[in-house]
Amino acid sequence: MIELAPPLMDTSFLTVGDQVTFNGVIYTARDAAHQRLISLLDTGNELPFPAQGGIIYYVGPCPAKPGEVVGSAGPTTSSRMDSMTVPLLQAGIKGMIGKGERSQEVIDAMKCYGAVYFAAIGGAGALLAQSIKKMELVAYPELGPEAIYRMEVKDFPAIVAIDGQGRSIYEIGRQQYESGGM
Amino acid sequence: MVRVSTEQIKRAVKRLCLQANQELTPDILDGLKRAIDTELSPLGKDILDQLIVNAKLSKDNQMALCQDTGMVVVFVEVGQGIFLSGVYIEDAINQGIREAYQDYYFRHSIVADPFNRENTSDNTPAVIHTRIVPGDHVRIRLSPKGFGSENMSRLTMLKPAQGVDGVKQFVLDTVRGAGGNPCPPMVVGVGIGGTMEKAAQLSKEALLRPVNQDSSIAHIAELERDLLASINRLGIGPQGFGGTSTALGVNVETFPTHIAGLPVAVNISCHVTRHQEIIIYPEVNPDD
Ligand code: SF4
Repeated sequence: MIELAPPLMDTSFLTVGDQVTFNGVIYTARDAAHQRLISLLDTGNELPFPAQGGIIYYVGPCPAKPGEVVGSAGPTTSSRMDSMTVPLLQAGIKGMIGKGERSQEVIDAMKCYGAVYFAAIGGAGALLAQSIKKMELVAYPELGPEAIYRMEVKDFPAIVAIDGQGRSIYEIGRQQYESGGM
Repeated sequence: MVRVSTEQIKRAVKRLCLQANQELTPDILDGLKRAIDTELSPLGKDILDQLIVNAKLSKDNQMALCQDTGMVVVFVEVGQGIFLSGVYIEDAINQGIREAYQDYYFRHSIVADPFNRENTSDNTPAVIHTRIVPGDHVRIRLSPKGFGSENMSRLTMLKPAQGVDGVKQFVLDTVRGAGGNPCPPMVVGVGIGGTMEKAAQLSKEALLRPVNQDSSIAHIAELERDLLASINRLGIGPQGFGGTSTALGVNVETFPTHIAGLPVAVNISCHVTRHQEIIIYPEVNPDD
């Protein structure tokens, strides 16, 4: 298990299949927030959170019950963010946490900017919420579950799904077990 | 007069939303446990273990199994012999959902317009399919459907000559295309026959049948088993990280169709495939 404390300036030591835990600050953004972030960058503005070495978690959590930090909070499908990812990597984002495959365009950009794509267990929202210790609104409250939040996480588990050299667990894993692992 | 009040329906819908979102049904839980025994990938086994831990935490801490508490799909069967009293039935269903999603802190995931995309802030409206059936009861089957898996669903109109092989090919292509996106191990609902929209509806209804229950039609049950075995040889595995547990089950529903057609719909679902049902009988009314 490799412990990661964002911001992550160098990701070259991470290899596909590595199991990691995050300790520190990550930022949430999914579909609607990505559209806003891209238009900020397009018009020459800064992101509403520190981009250098930053980690984006693709999540839209359930609301917190009174006295709790957050409701169920597992990853959403990353490929919906593919067409909006490259400018964020250019801006300094080094890691994304989501679920499912990425496009070749994103993988090429990850290689170029030394970024890593992590997968958290999709659908394990109740389990992953245990690792979220604090949550604060950063931007776009009108987007409801799609707003951007700053999350302080402890022992948040993920796996390196695509590393900085473009190696993908989705390809490697499938090839290994195709035809029933024969 | 045998009477069911739509207030009863509202309360039932609210309760079903709670159960569906917080409790993994026994068929899925059994499926996950069986998959742990057969999974060849150590990482895959580990993930399946964690999914069971997730289900336990969700029940113990009364929180949603998955943050995508879905768009609610409701199948309602209304017995021909009953009278529905109270507010309009669809309003009652939506009110039950509204109360559940607010009171139980489930995510509101519905936008009012596909282009303007403003959140309705109460997770309504539901997609409601109503049928009049013989009898004097109301049966409600409810499934909050997540869109990570819904988005991976496909429909095609095959030629009759493509037959069962064509159907198998289409189902496998759809599952292969879905890969790790729909949070495998998946549940695969297949609707075959009818018209275009009938096939789609059947594929959704197929997801409401417990995964450990075979079709009652012998050659369809065989098709379900064949498809499951082929899907689990694709190598996708838990979360798409590689493995032999790509699906927990395949449910196929069929309907008569046209001499010129073979519609096939594949509705992909995930390891939190949520399905709950209730049958409501009339209140006894001493005045009648
Ligand atoms: S596909 Fe299912 S388990 Fe995965 S995020 Fe969506 S609802 Fe949750």
